[in-house]
Amino acid sequence: MVRSVGRDGPRFAVLRLEVDDRIAHLPGQHYVVRLRAEDGYTASRSYSIASAPGDDLVEICVKQLANGEVSEFLADVVQPGDELEVRGPLGGWFVWDGESPALAVGGGSGVVPLVAMLRYARETGHRDRICLVAAAATHDDLPYVDEILGGCNVVALSRATAPGGRPAGRLSADDLRPLLRPDQVVYVCGSAGFAEATTRLLVDLGVAPTAIRVERFGPSA
Amino acid sequence: MAVTRGFTRRRERDDRLPPGQYDVGADWPVLTAEVTPNVDPQRWTISVDGLVARPTTWTWDQAHALPQSEYHGDIHCVTTWSKLGTWFGGVSVDVLLDAAGLLVDSGFVMATSTTGYTTNLPLDDVRGGKAWIAWSHEGTPLTPDHGGPARLLVPHLYFWKSAKWVIRLTVMDHDEQGFWERNGYHDRGDPWLEQRYQGD
Repeated sequence: MVRSVGRDGPRFAVLRLEVDDRIAHLPGQHYVVRLRAEDGYTASRSYSIASAPGDDLVEICVKQLANGEVSEFLADVVQPGDELEVRGPLGGWFVWDGESPALAVGGGSGVVPLVAMLRYARETGHRDRICLVAAAATHDDLPYVDEILGGCNVVALSRATAPGGRPAGRLSADDLRPLLRPDQVVYVCGSAGFAEATTRLLVDLGVAPTAIRVERFGPSA
Repeated sequence: MAVTRGFTRRRERDDRLPPGQYDVGADWPVLTAEVTPNVDPQRWTISVDGLVARPTTWTWDQAHALPQSEYHGDIHCVTTWSKLGTWFGGVSVDVLLDAAGLLVDSGFVMATSTTGYTTNLPLDDVRGGKAWIAWSHEGTPLTPDHGGPARLLVPHLYFWKSAKWVIRLTVMDHDEQGFWERNGYHDRGDPWLEQRYQGD
């Protein structure tokens, strides 16, 4: 059941769900939301979980896409009290156990599963185990900015000075180099283009490809 | 399951779309769990081993000297996109299996990539004109992000079964789970039956 529908800037809707018989998730996992029309037509989409495992509710963040059959419905039509068919948690690869030191690099809505990692680190009292680098074109393209700012985290905007003071510019090796540690797992999540560019930066900086876990997503309306 | 309050379809349904899938049109999303490897075609090889009479390895040039064939049709990704009316070129897996000589009538195949990625398939899903080693897409060489220089192509199953950067097919008499299958995805992956996850 949907408990709340909020907004994060002009492009993101944040839904908090109460899930019956919920199975605990690990940060990085996702839920599938399935919508069913009266004529039997169904549409399903995957959404990363933004909440930490200890949260009473499951939080997902939906990027509104122009004419997005599912995203516009979730952002504009759904109200608290509505029932949604969900399935999860899913995914066993792009997950963080909360133990290994981690670097998480997300582009746009790709930060959502990484925010769950950040929240988990906070929840377990191990804030020092993870650094999050969040990149996007503008502030409006990035959810959870206020929560990400601080600590070793970096917010990088290519077209504007970032909150936090980083000058405008694409994510570069200089942003990532100071955050690298030899024993860390690196999580990269974002569009295919972002994931390619970022993994190339990391490999060029000497990170072993086997230490990098990637979640790419394409257009998903 | 109940109707979702207020939800109506916006798109006309194309009969070529399996349940729960949508048409990406001209796009082709990239989904991979790993860093894209850069594989030099001249160093790429494809091997068939396991329960075969003649375990065989073909170089790029040797594979291209085999009878070529094309697939024209649709592909379906478990993340709910489908790409309709596309085409690939390469060599049929039947050609490779025939050359190697199957020692089993039924069984399974494990496909392995340069990255160590694996995926398991029933033998019957990769023979009888259903599977290819593909190196071109719509007439141009397959790019690395889409699995180039060569990938497995099993278009009647969800696309994670079509292992990118494939280098080996191992014939087995029993089933073993590959990468996504160990991580919760279905062992067969038929999009028309919506076999997305273990238990479907």
